[in-house]
Amino acid sequence: MALSTPSIFEHLTAAFPELTLAHDEAAPCIIVPAAGIKDVCLQLRDHPDTAFDFLMSLSGIDFADGTLGVVYHLASMTHKHKLTLKVVVPKDAPHVVSVEKVWRTADWHEREAFDLYGIVFDGHRDLRRILMPYDWEGHPLLKDYEVPEFYNGMKVPY
Amino acid sequence: MADLKENIAEHIESGRLKTDELILHMGPQHPSTHGVLRLELVLDGEIVVKVIPHLGYLHRCFEKHAEAMTYPQVIPYTDRLDYLASMNNNHGYVLAVERMLGIELPERVEYIRVIMAELQRIASHLVAVGTYGLDIGAFTPFLYLFRDREYILDIFEKTCGARLLYNYFWVGGLSHDVHTGFEKEVGDFVKYFRPTLTEVNTLLNYNKIFVQRTANVGVLPADVAISYGCSGPMLRGSGVDFDLRRDDPYSIYDRFDWKVIVGDGEVGTLGDCWDRNMVRMKEMAVSCDIIEQALASFPEGDVTTALPKRIRPPKGAEQYARVENPRGELGFYVVSDGTANPFRVKCRAPGFVNLSVIDEISQGHLISDLVAILGSIDIVLGEIDR
Repeated sequence: MALSTPSIFEHLTAAFPELTLAHDEAAPCIIVPAAGIKDVCLQLRDHPDTAFDFLMSLSGIDFADGTLGVVYHLASMTHKHKLTLKVVVPKDAPHVVSVEKVWRTADWHEREAFDLYGIVFDGHRDLRRILMPYDWEGHPLLKDYEVPEFYNGMKVPY
Repeated sequence: MADLKENIAEHIESGRLKTDELILHMGPQHPSTHGVLRLELVLDGEIVVKVIPHLGYLHRCFEKHAEAMTYPQVIPYTDRLDYLASMNNNHGYVLAVERMLGIELPERVEYIRVIMAELQRIASHLVAVGTYGLDIGAFTPFLYLFRDREYILDIFEKTCGARLLYNYFWVGGLSHDVHTGFEKEVGDFVKYFRPTLTEVNTLLNYNKIFVQRTANVGVLPADVAISYGCSGPMLRGSGVDFDLRRDDPYSIYDRFDWKVIVGDGEVGTLGDCWDRNMVRMKEMAVSCDIIEQALASFPEGDVTTALPKRIRPPKGAEQYARVENPRGELGFYVVSDGTANPFRVKCRAPGFVNLSVIDEISQGHLISDLVAILGSIDIVLGEIDR
């Protein structure tokens, strides 16, 4: 049976009282603390009522107020319902627990968020850059990112 | 001496004695990587032990660019993500923005979008199947399929003036109406095209050599496919009955009578390369069904009435829209901060996610099988590297 975000939230708060529900009619989501995201995801994946077996997308985001975020879009193949989870971390210590062992697809998504935002996923087995060159400095999608003048002796803004 | 040789062979077979592993780089300039992709192969003789893909050769910061553009200005950039399926890319992005703005589209726009998207799906699958034959060593089907793709590109060219990168779907409508005689041309094409599918099946898909190269190769079990986030023909080839056009309906696909194609392990194991390729073949026929039904009830009307004068979604609005691209689930996560530029555009590219499974399904195969596996994933580097 397809569940709405508020009912999934009620489902979860029994085991995880630290979650909050963002009340937004158009795009409701559940805010999860950075350290607890993996346990929440495991519960969401393994409980037969939720059965979120498909991670659609994992996006980093820079809120431009000193915090970074990770947004998880989940879907269930069996129940056909969807859910959005959000994690907010301070920009100077962006650590989030990796969900790569929950859904294998999170591996590359987390590498991308690390590459472009510098968010560190603790427990990821192979956290390397994926789109930018391995020796690139800085994380380009940050709002305060400045393009370096040179990369390996080549002028960057050509 | 003969004894010693037998002994060594026995040791190797039992796994007690291993030959040295060899690291070989396939790409970035390699004909069967379908673009600039580098695969680092760890080999034991000719057996693949591990595949480490290195991406980013085509990275051009699409998401960073999008933040510096207004909402409509992003659409041409989405054309260039998956350059074989530009219509579908436009569709995903404009759908996300339209949902943020709450726009109701005129009937005619929805019909044209569905017809265009399905024509594009056929064009994209024609390239996929054609180049897949090329990877395996069959040159002729490639020419047959590219010939038919030209007819579709001609129709697109007449409507949009462009053959590959259209910028045709706009937020709230289309850039302009279709050209005169569009319905007849599309109808004629579908009638002409159906026999080609049978022809290609005889020529390629049931060809003994092709079957031997692709059946039982790169078997992807359904649970692994779901865990890796595979979508599109990759997922359906593994027997999972899931298609966004039906299971997360958008546009007007729910009005038509069509069925989701699922792999069935006809000549080998369920989820092998042959199944993935066959799903694409059969999906082209399904697209023809949808187009014919859409043409039968094609409404008149103006396509520009819902185009908004000013595109500024409310502050804090966000939307994750997903559409069934020829390669799988194309998702756009768009966040607004109330200005004319999007605050964040994230593109969930199906090729990027599908490619991540390659290590899992290539282990233990020969290098030549790896070519068959990579071809069956049907990657487009433009969307993987973004």
